[in-house]
Amino acid sequence: MSGSRSTSISPRAGKVLRAAWPPLLLAAVLVVGWQLLAQDGIKNPQVLPSPTRVVSAGWDQRSTIWSEALPTLRETELGFALSFALSWLIAGAMDFSATVRRAVYPLLVTSQTVPVVALAPMFVVVFGFTLLPKVLLVALATFFPLTASLAEGFATADGEASRLLRSMGAGRWREFWTVRVPGALPFFFTGLRVSITYAIGGAIFAEYAGAERGLGLYLNQMQQVFRLDLVFATVIVVAALSVALFAATYLLERWLTPWRRFERSARTQGANAA
Amino acid sequence: MTSTTLEYALEADGLVQHFARPGREPLHVLDGLDLRVREGEFAAVLGPSGSGKSTLLNILAGLDRPGSGAVRVGGSGSVAYMPQKDLLFPWRTVEDNAILGLEVAGVKKKAAREQVAPLFEEFGLAGFEHSYPAQLSGGMRQRAALLRTVAMNRPVLLLDEPFGALDALTRTQLHLWLAETRQRHGWTIVLVTHDIREAVILADSVHVLSPRPARVTHRLEIDLPLPRTADTFALPEFARLERELLVALGTLG
Ligand SMILES: Nc1ncnc2c1ncn2[C@@H]1O[C@H](COP(=O)(O)OP(=O)(O)OP(=O)(O)O)[C@@H](O)[C@H]1O
Ligand SMILES: [Mg+2]
Repeated sequence: MSGSRSTSISPRAGKVLRAAWPPLLLAAVLVVGWQLLAQDGIKNPQVLPSPTRVVSAGWDQRSTIWSEALPTLRETELGFALSFALSWLIAGAMDFSATVRRAVYPLLVTSQTVPVVALAPMFVVVFGFTLLPKVLLVALATFFPLTASLAEGFATADGEASRLLRSMGAGRWREFWTVRVPGALPFFFTGLRVSITYAIGGAIFAEYAGAERGLGLYLNQMQQVFRLDLVFATVIVVAALSVALFAATYLLERWLTPWRRFERSARTQGANAA
Repeated sequence: MTSTTLEYALEADGLVQHFARPGREPLHVLDGLDLRVREGEFAAVLGPSGSGKSTLLNILAGLDRPGSGAVRVGGSGSVAYMPQKDLLFPWRTVEDNAILGLEVAGVKKKAAREQVAPLFEEFGLAGFEHSYPAQLSGGMRQRAALLRTVAMNRPVLLLDEPFGALDALTRTQLHLWLAETRQRHGWTIVLVTHDIREAVILADSVHVLSPRPARVTHRLEIDLPLPRTADTFALPEFARLERELLVALGTLG
């Protein structure tokens, strides 16, 4: 390939860089603007703390923030595990039975219209300051995108592949595992990426409504003592954790759907040849 | 259901098929189609596009029920079906695609892999066992799909235009390869095609379909010597049969 770009970075790293610089640049501009506004404009850290102040306050309190983050992560994990299990169960049942599908789908959609804001305090009243209301809230916030994407993935399975399998003598169960599950995985990961961004937020919301530990509680307390710098620092930690989870879905996807890499590369090769 | 006394490996009698069409009269696709295939015979079903060839194979494979008529399969009563689209599962390696039929039949993965291992060499896929279908060329995909069909170990193979999507050169290569391979294995084959050369070079008998609604209008024995090789194309007999089929199809006067 003579005359092509003479970079020493691999094409993949180059792609990542190209994708990353616009948001990074934008973020940098925003942070600088914020710093100037806080430092020379508002000049009151209880109204708007500057980024440097947020970072140094957060760094001072890092062990507290981390120890509050652990219970939040635990709730996220349990809630997400619950919604993962439920989504496969429900989407699977919907795939096996049209009756179940007709019965469940409207309820699923309705469950999404229930405002979490209203549910969180109610859960606390019913279940107390325990782990359970947080886990339930995380599950509620995440399980619709998972279930909906999975159900769609199952439904769009190649009918002819299913027929081929039946001509070999396969039953419905084997067909499900051999054709529908692998075919639905790309859909599932799309849903996973949407829902995982809600997961930590859901846990924090639940803690906000009433908890003994956790980042949500910490946020609430810092707000009450006007430590806006620590509020911002906590928010940044939450955002970082969410982004990390989001990125992890890509790794998981690469690992669980290895064949897709070749489908993609076949496409890029075609594009390069043209 | 006494299958031991059957004279034919596969027998279809008076197959009729209609497809419902919304707002119009049903589409009449098969019109009393008869087909008899002996044990070890290579039968080619030749018909124009849209005449109902895939419809016929779907019925022979037991996937669709005919409107009327009956299908009998001798021996164990099971067939291996290769659909018109290659339908390799993109998430399975070539090897795991190949063992699909055995897996469905309850053979353990490891045993199934051992069983199909010798086939890769023969199908020109050695070294690609662990590739995904997306990494194969069109001709390799067709061979992989054929390998998967053969690996099911069923006495009768039903092939729906297995080489339809290929360029002429690759197709001819695969014809010669299949002619040689099937003679070695003694398979009973029903191959559906609209390619006259393909029918003549491969088959023992050619069954010509009428345009839709289809029935068998001609049955031609292909008595070209075995084994069929590249030289077979040059025989005057080959040209004569080709011409005879063109006439049967109504292409020539
Ligand atoms: N499931 C179906 N429902 C309705 N119509 C169908 C169905 N399957 C096939 N047909 C119609 O039946 C006719 C015959 O189709 P078929 O696929 O059997 O043709 P074919 O001979 O295999 O053609 P080709 O050589 O192009 O593959 C076509 O007109 C098609 O539109
Ligand atoms: Mg067809």
